[in-house]
Amino acid sequence: MFRLTRRYAFAASHRLHAPSLSDEDNRRLYGKCNNPYGHGHNYVLEVSVRGPLDAHGRAADTTLLDRLVSEQVLAAFDHRNLNLEAPAFHSQVPTSENLAREICRRLKRRWSAVFAGPWPALEKIRIAETPRNIFEIRTDEIE
Amino acid sequence: MFITRKVEFSASHVCRNPSLSDADNLRLFGPAANPHGHGHNYTLEVTLSGDPDPVTGMVLDLKELKEILNREVVDIYDHRFLNYEVPPFDRLIPTVENMAQDIWRRLAPKLTGATRRLHSVRLYETPDLYVDYIGDEPCSA
Repeated sequence: MFRLTRRYAFAASHRLHAPSLSDEDNRRLYGKCNNPYGHGHNYVLEVSVRGPLDAHGRAADTTLLDRLVSEQVLAAFDHRNLNLEAPAFHSQVPTSENLAREICRRLKRRWSAVFAGPWPALEKIRIAETPRNIFEIRTDEIE
Repeated sequence: MFITRKVEFSASHVCRNPSLSDADNLRLFGPAANPHGHGHNYTLEVTLSGDPDPVTGMVLDLKELKEILNREVVDIYDHRFLNYEVPPFDRLIPTVENMAQDIWRRLAPKLTGATRRLHSVRLYETPDLYVDYIGDEPCSA
């Protein structure tokens, strides 16, 4: 079994604020992340796929993977304000948990249009908000 | 319990399928198909699973693991042009996937013991691209 992992980087800003909570509760819950003007991170994304080798000794065509991630993730989030510019975060807080789920959903939605056969399969993604805070989600955890 | 040891080596390679045209190779492998070759600083992480020995408290003495990794992999791959100098890459394309599998095959017989076995081989071609090989079991959906 082969698992191939590719790493990507993007930078984005966000503000953590749950509209159903009071301002005071938001400040208590999210601390500095609730700053009304927002703040940013250098996110590092790892996309892992698995499968057997093709006739050329590859588990995945990384050119196709790079194009998909570029279109579905980097174009949507890199140098963006997640709250204002990413529609998914108009209705949910852009925590890295929700960001991981949104990225996984975006890749999964377009996967079969790029990789037609059963392999490579999208296995999981992992996103580091800072080098100390890391979030991982498997494809089979989402619809 | 898992234990992991990391080693580095540098090597050059060409990723080119001899049965395809130059144009097809360029399309498939991009700049990695350049016939003159290019190189990488590879990082290898080898993970064993096993139980600590009740006397020594170790799954495998990391000194011994280091010697095995050096003898079986680093001494063979380091500062070599893989396609020309390291079989099976005279007939197998030295993609990072094929290299991880070759490393597994070199190491597995040397690391299998009564209370331990090779769990996985992780090979970084660059900090942004790596492969885990987890043995010869077939893929399941």
